[in-house]
Amino acid sequence: MTEPTRERRPVVPVVVWPGSNDDRDAQLALERLGASAPRVWHTDDELPRETAAVVLPGGFSFGDYLRCGAIARFSPIVPAIEAFAAGGGLVLGICNGFQILTEAGLLPGTLRPNESLSFVCRDVPLRVERADTQFTSRCADGQELTIPVKHGDGCWFADDELLAQLESTGQVVLRYAADANPNGSVADVAGVLSADGNVFGLMPHPEHAVDALLGSTDGVLILGSLVDAARLSLAELV
Amino acid sequence: MRATVLVRPKHGILDPQGQAVESSLRHLGFDVSEARVGRLVDIDVATDDRGEALAQVEQMCERLLANPLIESFEIELEHA
Repeated sequence: MTEPTRERRPVVPVVVWPGSNDDRDAQLALERLGASAPRVWHTDDELPRETAAVVLPGGFSFGDYLRCGAIARFSPIVPAIEAFAAGGGLVLGICNGFQILTEAGLLPGTLRPNESLSFVCRDVPLRVERADTQFTSRCADGQELTIPVKHGDGCWFADDELLAQLESTGQVVLRYAADANPNGSVADVAGVLSADGNVFGLMPHPEHAVDALLGSTDGVLILGSLVDAARLSLAELV
Repeated sequence: MRATVLVRPKHGILDPQGQAVESSLRHLGFDVSEARVGRLVDIDVATDDRGEALAQVEQMCERLLANPLIESFEIELEHA
């Protein structure tokens, strides 16, 4: 039997694949924001008890072989994540985590090699298109954030029909600011939401922007929103 | 059976890798109007039945080898 922790920290596991490399930063950021963030190995076939949200971190799972995320998408933990998401659970994919979620069909579109064919690693300005999601509730509509990207395959793509549909349903939550698109993504998309609003993926790395010593702290607005939402869902469990 | 799977960027999909190759070929003096870069996967399938091998490899393509949003695939089969 598990007892509720005294601190009431929501459990937000970070899934680790061979080749993940941002899992510890994600864990550190989430824990600083008040979550309990155990790292979970990808061969586990269930999520920890009382999981309130799941984070799929950045990195190069399985060496990015075939296509980014294409192999990781078949790890034993993924059906557990799919079931969790199907029940309304909160799932956040960052960079490679975003790629894995699109390969798994939990998020629309796909991530392709950057238009420049170059790896990009720099702070980018982003615009929050919607602050009424569980991943952006600490932001304001239209707010500009500065968060770093570091990827070679961040060019989000959807055909015209899919893009029009996503725009009409408000699933494009985060865009690169005008003239600051680092990868050639369609419609400057930096982050997309699932139709049900409980799965979100973005290429920028909020977990790398949580300490003033390293520059921006705007990542707190994204991860903090997630921890807030996870805490709320924890309250609902009681 | 031996299957050869050719995965190509779909027509109309921007292919920056192909563009880079195309420009490099032009630089070498070749008269090239377009180059597209895809992927080739050789697979030995543990059956001698052509129909069964084809059905299996099609599933492999749909589930893993190609991304239907951006890639098309072709399958060639021959007895190993």
